[in-house]
Amino acid sequence: MSMCTYQTQTLQVNASAKTAQGWAPMTDASVYFDHPVHFMADHALIIDVLNTDERSRARVGLEMDATSARALAEAILRALESVPPALRDESFAH
Amino acid sequence: MIHNLRADTVTIRGHGDDEIEAYLAVPTDVASHGSIVVIHHLPGYDETTKEITRRFAAHGYAALMPNLYHREAPGADSDDAAALVRNSGGVPDERLVGDVAGAMTYLKALPASNGKVASIGYCSGGRQSFLSGCRLPLDGVIDCYGAFVVGTAPETFPIRVTPVVDEVAGISGEILGLFGAEDKFPSPEQNDELAEALRAAQKTFTFRTYENAGHAFFASNRPSYRVEAANEGWQEIFEFLKRTVG
Repeated sequence: MSMCTYQTQTLQVNASAKTAQGWAPMTDASVYFDHPVHFMADHALIIDVLNTDERSRARVGLEMDATSARALAEAILRALESVPPALRDESFAH
Repeated sequence: MIHNLRADTVTIRGHGDDEIEAYLAVPTDVASHGSIVVIHHLPGYDETTKEITRRFAAHGYAALMPNLYHREAPGADSDDAAALVRNSGGVPDERLVGDVAGAMTYLKALPASNGKVASIGYCSGGRQSFLSGCRLPLDGVIDCYGAFVVGTAPETFPIRVTPVVDEVAGISGEILGLFGAEDKFPSPEQNDELAEALRAAQKTFTFRTYENAGHAFFASNRPSYRVEAANEGWQEIFEFLKRTVG
């Protein structure tokens, strides 16, 4: 099956990412299942982590198959759930 | 005949008189030429769409591809610019039409222009090419698998896409639609619905739907590429341009 989904989940994030220009603060993210740019499949789960401020625009992209994406999502949740709440609180940026 | 050509990055005046980047390819061994505006796909102003732009020049047409994402991310890699625009909801239709109008003006002012201009777009650009044909005096309009020309995007889609089939009365030139039988957006049923609307409005159009092809069958660097459909599609495109823009 082939299609162009246009579907996009967007959210705000407090994060840093290593971009082609080095480390940068990130403000937003998009998650969608659509045509990848590099991954060799018709469709992929794509994550863009972005800085949308026009003075400091930056982006890191990830493209992966559906199985990898689900495994990654579950691993993120397991990692968060396996630490005491007090430690999670320490992840809020100063 | 494969023509000699020159390709450059130029600055054009787009919607709101904004200066935007564009990629221009012109044949250098013809006395006169028709022109085409190339509208890139959702992944942006990229290398493969620049190759497509040069291909038109090699076949004797001036071709100009505006960078529809220039305002959001000047100088950025095409995929980074596309990600930023996608996150912010896409390109508004009014701005797109203004940018295509600016590209038409630029092409008509070229020294060897015969005054005739067509448009072509791929994926989201297919819909945008069709939309431009509804609102601008284009001599020919080519829609390559544009989704949501008919059919409403679900409300959860944050990209701004609304159907444009209600605007078909505004089309002044001939239309060519190239589609994959395995595509779901647009589906063969949606293409039939569009054909019916064009027939009802007494517009001249040719639709081709290729078997064993889905979305993006022209994309020669992607797994969706289908050589038979792409070769036949290119032949349709050049026959269409010959009869619409010379």
